[in-house]
Amino acid sequence: MHQVHVSTKINGDEIEYLCETDETLLDVLRDKLGLTGAKEGCGSGDCGACSVMLDGRLVCSCLVLGAEAQDREVETIEGMADGENLHPLQSKFLEHAALQCGICTPGVLIATKALLEKNPDPTETEVRYWLAGNLCRCTGYDKIIRAVMDTAADMRGA
Amino acid sequence: MVKVMLWGSLKPAAEGKAEIHVEASNVKQMLDAIGKAHPGLAPVLERGVSVAIDGQMHRVAGYEPLREDSEVYIFPRLEGG
Amino acid sequence: MLDKPNKPEKQKFNVVGTSPLRPDGVDKVTGRARFGADMVAPGMLVGKILRSPHAHARIRSIDVSKAEALSGVKAVVTKDDFNADAEDQDVLYNIMAREKALYDGHAVAAVAAISQSVARRALALIEVDYEVLPHVTDVDEAMKPDAPVLHDHIFTEGVEPKPTKPSNIAQRYEFGHGDVEEGFSEADVIVERNFKTAATHQGYIEPHACLANIANDGSGELWCCTQGHYMVRNTCASLLGIDVSRLRVTASEIGGGFGGKTTVFIEPVAAALSRKAGRPVKVVMSRNEVFRASGPTSSTSSRIKIGAKKDGTITAAESELNYQGGAFAGAPADLGAMCSFACYVLKNVRTIGYDVVTNRPKQAAYRAPGAPMAAFSVESVVEELAGKIGMDPIEFRIKNAAREGEKSSYGPKFRQVGLVETLEEAKAHPHYSAPLGPNQGRGVSCGFWFNFGGQTSTSLSINIDGTVALAVGTPDIGGSRASMCLMAAEELGIGYEQVRAIIADTSSLGYNDVTDGSRVTFASGKATIMAARDSIGKLCERAAKMWDISPDAVVWEEGHAKPAGANAGEFEPLSLAEIAASAESTGGPIAGHHEVNASGAGTSFATHIVDSEVDPETGRVQVTRYTVIQDAGKAVHPAYVEGQFQGGAAQGIGWAINEEYIYGEDGRLQNAGFLDYRIPVASDLPMIDTKIVEVPNLGHPYGVRGVGETSIVPPLAAIANSVSAAAGVRLTELPMSPPRVLKAIDENK
Ligand code: FES
Ligand code: FES
Repeated sequence: MHQVHVSTKINGDEIEYLCETDETLLDVLRDKLGLTGAKEGCGSGDCGACSVMLDGRLVCSCLVLGAEAQDREVETIEGMADGENLHPLQSKFLEHAALQCGICTPGVLIATKALLEKNPDPTETEVRYWLAGNLCRCTGYDKIIRAVMDTAADMRGA
Repeated sequence: MVKVMLWGSLKPAAEGKAEIHVEASNVKQMLDAIGKAHPGLAPVLERGVSVAIDGQMHRVAGYEPLREDSEVYIFPRLEGG
Repeated sequence: MLDKPNKPEKQKFNVVGTSPLRPDGVDKVTGRARFGADMVAPGMLVGKILRSPHAHARIRSIDVSKAEALSGVKAVVTKDDFNADAEDQDVLYNIMAREKALYDGHAVAAVAAISQSVARRALALIEVDYEVLPHVTDVDEAMKPDAPVLHDHIFTEGVEPKPTKPSNIAQRYEFGHGDVEEGFSEADVIVERNFKTAATHQGYIEPHACLANIANDGSGELWCCTQGHYMVRNTCASLLGIDVSRLRVTASEIGGGFGGKTTVFIEPVAAALSRKAGRPVKVVMSRNEVFRASGPTSSTSSRIKIGAKKDGTITAAESELNYQGGAFAGAPADLGAMCSFACYVLKNVRTIGYDVVTNRPKQAAYRAPGAPMAAFSVESVVEELAGKIGMDPIEFRIKNAAREGEKSSYGPKFRQVGLVETLEEAKAHPHYSAPLGPNQGRGVSCGFWFNFGGQTSTSLSINIDGTVALAVGTPDIGGSRASMCLMAAEELGIGYEQVRAIIADTSSLGYNDVTDGSRVTFASGKATIMAARDSIGKLCERAAKMWDISPDAVVWEEGHAKPAGANAGEFEPLSLAEIAASAESTGGPIAGHHEVNASGAGTSFATHIVDSEVDPETGRVQVTRYTVIQDAGKAVHPAYVEGQFQGGAAQGIGWAINEEYIYGEDGRLQNAGFLDYRIPVASDLPMIDTKIVEVPNLGHPYGVRGVGETSIVPPLAAIANSVSAAAGVRLTELPMSPPRVLKAIDENK
């Protein structure tokens, strides 16, 4: 099978891989690179479990081809904490019990981080609409929303 | 005598009775006794039933001890989520 | 009942009742936690399943030769690769079709290949010769005498005389007592209505996934996301025809289950492929497969009749509930019938349930299986009846509510229960008296679930530094490891941080039943407490040895062994860490165990209050305020208890307003994806307020009741009641999607 060669940057590291032309970025991350933090909940752009950043834009990695990452920068959940220091969102999610099973959590965290970088002072409604692409079946979103609002307040104060 | 209450749909197999009285000191003995007295019930009992003994639910009927005046309800085997 | 205490053993707590961070938390926020699909093995193949496109078809033949010949294909399996004598024939048939394909999505063959793309091509090369048969997917249609019959061996049970013709009605259940006809004749007001609910899916975000690694001698390992890895082991061993001891199953982190992962689907298929290929095989369901071929809920139709006196006393109640359970018998018609009136004390009650098979995937549990649909119809009629009598709906419920010592509608007398307490809380809650806006309505509903105990085995080891390793065998689907640590720490008198809990694999710990029936905090919790007490006994013995006194003269207090009786004050208390440090010289490792078939689970009741707003132009429903009030017995980890309340409510909102399995004329599922099967998203929901009521369950040393299931029982009716109030017309069919609401409003004009 013909494979394409891709050079890219993932969580700040230069990475090269070969992938099939129809292979998604999500499959490359999970199956080729062992970065299984991004999850596949649907494979069709409906659940957000596979959320990653591509050149600073929030995307569903199941809708991006592996080949499209050429010369771009990808950020995944594995790059969110700084060494042993959790990102404030990660700590707040734990504190607020904003996860039950945790399968949606990587995607929700990536999406929320993107939100707070764009809008450090979102209203509850803005958070709810921003996260409307990230399905969570366990929590009813209540504690997720509270964790996000609380982190935003903290980060503004810091 | 232990008082055993059957769920409604078992009544026909027990000659129309919803309430049976048997001598038994544990659940196994009780089930054997009613299976013997009413052979129509035997296949249902074999498939497995849940019991409530004096208001306490047991999902799998076993050898739970019974008192002289115990009230036991028999139910289809209960499943949860 | 007179001799029983009315307080649990323990009422003062150090750590139970606090909400510390969970032991698996950091892994889950950093992406390190390994779920079903995250595991790999050297030499691993990709497994894929071919599924029937027909709702009902005879399989004349399956030709796999072309697929087998494709380069890169390592194994192809069909029904012939499983043990035809397996104990559970329905499970066997469900995981791989036999003479007939019984629903759209029914597995007919599977391949293992070196890559996704080869596996996909191999599936396309398998030739199945189908003879398409007439099908039926609707519950009422399936019950008709001339409906296409799925199974020749199903003759309705529970009816007299015994039927002579096979039918789709597998079983009729009847429960009740008193004389309903007499009861209705005493009523001043009677309400009778018919209802329908659509099938829904648990909607866990993690699809089923399994990595099987079976060696050529038939022994091997499975890694999978399941609510019960011992169940997976026992079932797979039976379906493959191998000894239980040869399989070791590890439960991965599980990305949601809600009852849907209490049985097997792909696990035996992955194992059969791996056995045949002689290599590890990973099978992961796509979302489309999850919808078409896992275990959604029953759809139902029902008729409810309740009569009451003007003073609010219910004189008689009757329900008839039909549960469509997919291609095999076993729909929770019995549970639904038992639950339907469980919230009320009734002199005259009759409930009837029918278990009906259709050409749909076999239903599986979904939080309190069978109960939400029954509660939807019953609580709708209760609310309407209260209105007709002119009584406040909460007062009406309190007047008839289940109470300790009263006979339940399904038979046995209630022990200590908390329904009235939740209703009183609801009445006093500011939500209940808050003003409503235009086009808004308020609804209330109660809900009940039995809660279960079951087989449980737990092991607790004291480490050399005085920390504790706790091994439980019930997969953690909602933070149970944290709750187990809390209970162990409470007993041992040490800090929460000193206890770490893991979910042990099937070869490392005794058998455990599936995580279901809201049993874990109760049953594994009880076993954990008993295992801790077992280890405390041993710790005291070691202290006695060190002091050279009788073990009876040692007590355990606040994490220390202390001399008691005549020796009181003789010796300095020894801490758990000190005893642990000298374990080698006092007799070796110190561990506690407990094995039990736990009984004594306490039933749980809840009351929900909902405000909805209905757009009269479009029929769209928006839930604007939601309050959950539920009896938890004793909340071990309150934040996770709240989480269970909120999660159940959110799922109930989806069930009530959006979610529905839609089958076409051709018997195929038309909305097998999250785009068309729409579960609630963040912007659909309000904050979900919670109130934990604690009426202790005396069957647990701390008073714990299960909480995971009851939370989905009241929402359907509570929302239907609020929408009906807002729209000015009674809604009797779920989901209350815009077209349905609009139609009801129009017809009412
Ligand atoms: S897996 Fe990409 S959106 Fe669901
Ligand atoms: S925590 Fe389970 S899906 Fe969000």
